[in-house]
Amino acid sequence: MITLEQKKFEEIEKMTNGYSRLLVVGCETCAAMSFAGGQRQVAELASAIRIARKTSGDKGEVLENAIARQCEPEFIDMIQDEVAESPAILSLACGAGVQMLAERFPDKVILPGCNTTFLGVTEELGVWSERCAGCGNCILDKTAGLCPIARCSKQLLNGPCGGSMNGKCEISKEVDCVWQLIIDRLSGLNRLEMLEEIFPVKDWSPAGHGGPRKMVREDLKS
Amino acid sequence: MKSGSNLERILESGQFAVTAEAGPPKGTSAKVVQRKGELLKLCCDALNVTDNQTAIVRMSSLSGCVLLKELGVEPVLQMVVRDRNRLALQSDILGAAALGIRNVLCLSGDHQQFGNHAAAKGVYDIDSIQFIQMVKAMRDEHKFLNGEEISGDVPFFIGAAANPFADPFEFRVTRLAKKVSAGADFIQTQGIFDMPKFVEWMKMVRDRGLDEKTHILAGLIPIKSVGMARYMRNNVSGLSLPKELVDRMADAKDPKEEGVKICLETIEQLKEVEGVHGIHIMAVAWEDIVPRIVEESGLMPRPVV
Repeated sequence: MITLEQKKFEEIEKMTNGYSRLLVVGCETCAAMSFAGGQRQVAELASAIRIARKTSGDKGEVLENAIARQCEPEFIDMIQDEVAESPAILSLACGAGVQMLAERFPDKVILPGCNTTFLGVTEELGVWSERCAGCGNCILDKTAGLCPIARCSKQLLNGPCGGSMNGKCEISKEVDCVWQLIIDRLSGLNRLEMLEEIFPVKDWSPAGHGGPRKMVREDLKS
Repeated sequence: MKSGSNLERILESGQFAVTAEAGPPKGTSAKVVQRKGELLKLCCDALNVTDNQTAIVRMSSLSGCVLLKELGVEPVLQMVVRDRNRLALQSDILGAAALGIRNVLCLSGDHQQFGNHAAAKGVYDIDSIQFIQMVKAMRDEHKFLNGEEISGDVPFFIGAAANPFADPFEFRVTRLAKKVSAGADFIQTQGIFDMPKFVEWMKMVRDRGLDEKTHILAGLIPIKSVGMARYMRNNVSGLSLPKELVDRMADAKDPKEEGVKICLETIEQLKEVEGVHGIHIMAVAWEDIVPRIVEESGLMPRPVV
């Protein structure tokens, strides 16, 4: 999933201030799973903005809605009537959703209510962590199913560096050294010899360094 | 000879080498580097110029090397992959070769989070092992990383770091083996305080025959005070400083003198470890002590080869 966290209320309040009508739009997929922008968080945030507006004497109305996915045009079209009535829209989706709204509604102010944090997993309720850097060329077959690009602070392909101690990364005792995890897993699988060979330099062009990325599947295009 | 550097000649002739660190200033004073050069030139075979060490911005390593070279002191150019991508690394290697620098130490670099620009974007385009491999191909095949031809020679004696005290311990020798097969001609280790662990690591190094394929220089960090000992024990990741040494420093009447004593004892023990071909002294902010340490460990005068 794409993980998100809602921006601090003060920042949201500041950026949404003064619009005669504000539409808060949630996204029921990743944003909901992150407890940052699902229907429930939309309702809570809209109420908080209404209360703040009342306190400050701002008469602007606050509307709310949530759609299944802000990253797909057909879902976005479902809210066009409400959008038409609002000069500003606060999106509680990831950056992709925010931009999809901006592309679809060129005459509206589109504001981000969330920070898109990473591609990750839910470790337990309330705890998410990064797993994938979207590098465009998966190497997990060579690293015991654990990604050093997303999870090593230095993105080493021939780790661990000299800062690995007691299974933790040199940057923080809170961060696992993924190379320790890779070595542990390969030891368990009796395949540690896989790491004897030098991992060659990586082509970063599919990772976004070749310019903005696009995927086209001719077989699916109508 | 791969590079013809003084360090290479001394090590290849089988003599015990001495190198030390000369960190450049957080400013523009050439004098800081020159002073360290003058201080250390007679007691060391080459001086490492650090590269934004601990991710703190300082005068560039390459400039420091040139300043030393002008004094007739042989530099070791430290380079980290944290701050440069493959283009910048290769271009600096070419420039360093043109300026007559003959030793390079290929490093990952401390993470930018430690330094004074913690919000910086780390580069890490290639890692230290790939960097070693790249410099070796530049030297031996006259090839850039992309396979294109380099005009002119790239004569470098290639160094790498090794930390016998980081985890996982068993893998540390494998990682050294990877650095050696990538092309590391010499190794400078992390500072050694935990002698039993170092001796155990060296045995594993010899068991794989690595001591015959590369020159290992054992790292030393002279301790100036009990505060420094405590700090290193508690805060420096990948450094193993036994509690007994902290206690020794705490109990000492003259802590600086005790620090020198510890360093000299360590050197005596290192001389007996088979496969150790020299020492590398990292006297951060205490360079003045290096001549005395080298003198009293019986390593003066330095050989002329």
